Amino acid sequence: MKKDIILAGVGGQGILSIATIIGYAAIESGLKLKQAEVHGMSQRGGDVQSHLRISDSNVFSDLIPHGAADIIISVEPMEALRYKPYLSENGWFITNSVPFVNIPNYPAIENVISDIQNCKNNIVFDANQIAKDLGSSRSMNMVILGAASLFLDIAYEKLEEGIKFIFGRKGEKIVETNLNALAAGRKFAEENS
Amino acid sequence: MKKLLLLGDEAIAQGALDAGLSGAYGYPGTPSTEIVEYIQRNPEAIEKNIHRTWSANEKTALEAALGMSYAGKRTIVTMKHVGLNVAADSYMNSALTGANGGVIVAVADDPSMHSSQNEQDSRFYSKFALLPAFEPSDQQEAYNMCFEAFTLSEKYNLPIMMRLTTRLAHSRAGVARKKVLAENEMSFPQNRDQFMLLPSFSRKKYQKLLDTQPELVKESENSKYNEYFDGNDKSCGVIACGLAYNYLMENISDKDDFPILKIGQYPLPRKQIEKIMAECDEVLVLEEGMPLVEEMLKGYIPTGTKIKGRLDGTISRAGELNPKTVRKALGLPEIPSEEIPTSVVGRPPALCDGCPHIDTYNAINEITKKCGKGHVFSDIGCYTLGYLPPYNAIDTCVDMGASITMAIGAADAGLFPSIATIGDSTFGHSGITGLLDAVDKKANIVVVIMDNDTTAMTGMQDSQVNGRIEKICLGIGVDEKHIRVVTPLAKNHAENVKIFQEEVDYNGVSVIIPRRDCIHLFKKRR
Repeated sequence: MKKDIILAGVGGQGILSIATIIGYAAIESGLKLKQAEVHGMSQRGGDVQSHLRISDSNVFSDLIPHGAADIIISVEPMEALRYKPYLSENGWFITNSVPFVNIPNYPAIENVISDIQNCKNNIVFDANQIAKDLGSSRSMNMVILGAASLFLDIAYEKLEEGIKFIFGRKGEKIVETNLNALAAGRKFAEENS
Repeated sequence: MKKLLLLGDEAIAQGALDAGLSGAYGYPGTPSTEIVEYIQRNPEAIEKNIHRTWSANEKTALEAALGMSYAGKRTIVTMKHVGLNVAADSYMNSALTGANGGVIVAVADDPSMHSSQNEQDSRFYSKFALLPAFEPSDQQEAYNMCFEAFTLSEKYNLPIMMRLTTRLAHSRAGVARKKVLAENEMSFPQNRDQFMLLPSFSRKKYQKLLDTQPELVKESENSKYNEYFDGNDKSCGVIACGLAYNYLMENISDKDDFPILKIGQYPLPRKQIEKIMAECDEVLVLEEGMPLVEEMLKGYIPTGTKIKGRLDGTISRAGELNPKTVRKALGLPEIPSEEIPTSVVGRPPALCDGCPHIDTYNAINEITKKCGKGHVFSDIGCYTLGYLPPYNAIDTCVDMGASITMAIGAADAGLFPSIATIGDSTFGHSGITGLLDAVDKKANIVVVIMDNDTTAMTGMQDSQVNGRIEKICLGIGVDEKHIRVVTPLAKNHAENVKIFQEEVDYNGVSVIIPRRDCIHLFKKRR
């Protein structure tokens, strides 16, 4: 088993939480992993990415080679496309469709979405709306993780444990909200892939 | 024991803690910050009351660490690569004084300058100082090396460098811990003159350091971190330093059968280097950062074995390595991959919504509207982003503290107005001495100390000057009437512009302190 995953988004959108939960679930499943993150200046509203590599054998490089990623998980559509060179031939885009516009020259959103939809395997959907319907806009990242969970080859329960582990100190309510978001994302992917 | 999922930085911290650490010192700087932060929140470190507060800068941190070593205890000091420039005086001299309790100087380099103003390679400093260095290839090695470095440090009474680069510092992997060692008891150095660098003592110490070098090379030759893997295909051997080893292993297959020398401990292991050079027709050197090893092997006038690497263009001279560049250097076919679609545009970092620096820059821009651009010297921090549109508010960023001192020099040259903008933490790090110069020379400058009550860029660390900036300025000798505190908010814009104009008009040193919490700190405190 080997999964190379690129996580993408804009600084502050919560991709590191996704990475931490998958990382926790992988370790709990007895897998080996490396997860490279971006800290520092880019976190101030710039593009951020994390390379997450999970395997049952040794993982060497902390960075995923070009053309090798199995999944690009993104909380922002243009940020998903930025890492297209990393995606393998049969890789999947799992991405939010809602743009995060903090630059004056953000491209026409229709072009961004169609560029994603032109790729072989993709799930592009409005995760903000699903999170909002559940009463918590901030758990959009967990909706995305839920959709991606279908492709991770990691037991779903282990991801739930990961959520309990990282949100536990914030209280039961927050844990529940995030678990619901995870489930809603999973359901969407099951119905649309 | 269950493995911990740790960043390379955190593995360094855990390794030091488990080896009986008594104190961590440092100044925050990407990608090194998480070493001290980990120790600050580690329950065992808190229970043992390990020293773990930030220092004013890297030099004060390294000197404090030397003091702890003098008293016999094990200590680690952390910084980013450019921080070692600030601490270079104490680092170079620590090679002569040596250590009593074990000392680790952990330096994280940032090749490709993800969050830095240059990409210098700290291994040059360890070679310059004639001190040993470790360079881990993964998180477990970072832990193990750090744990063992204290023993090496105390064996030779020398500080040891731990050299990390961004991709290891900020990448997580499982790390297994060793049995925790007790802290050292307090003890004086065996010789009273150990830390006394009067010239007559220094000459003897320098000779001793030189005489120790062959022993350090022997340590490297016997080190498990310098491993030689034999191979039958001698057409091209590979020397892979630190993290580069991973990119090599990522790309080779079972069919490959060439000799590999993995380097993790410096000075270079002479025996193994001689072997690979003698055996192979060519040697490819893979190293993260600058071509240190390559240059040493090549010499000034190349003879014998052909050396490939960054100097002959096999690998780009600048920037970090990655699986793709190493694959190309090995002569392997490229993995097919697609281009970035043309709809994708750049998304550079920017000042956050609600950032107090925005209001300060809006006020400064009103002033420079009259005199034109080119009058604002700035510094290192989030506020460096004020150079970019839509602000275009500042003109320089060189090194920590250079805003004030460059403003002095420009004013000396006749520039008026000459304005410096510097953050509170940077002011504490290297701005105070510059302000002292300004007061002493009666320089006609305006120093804007943008006080957001934290070291924001690196993630909200305490700053030493918080709560005492006015007193520092007063104590240095700035006229009380020309220390002005303003609140950078849009509603105060007109009033703030007026204050800025008054201080520009004053012929002498003015200090303006725009004070409002970093927006992230504000949200956290609310």
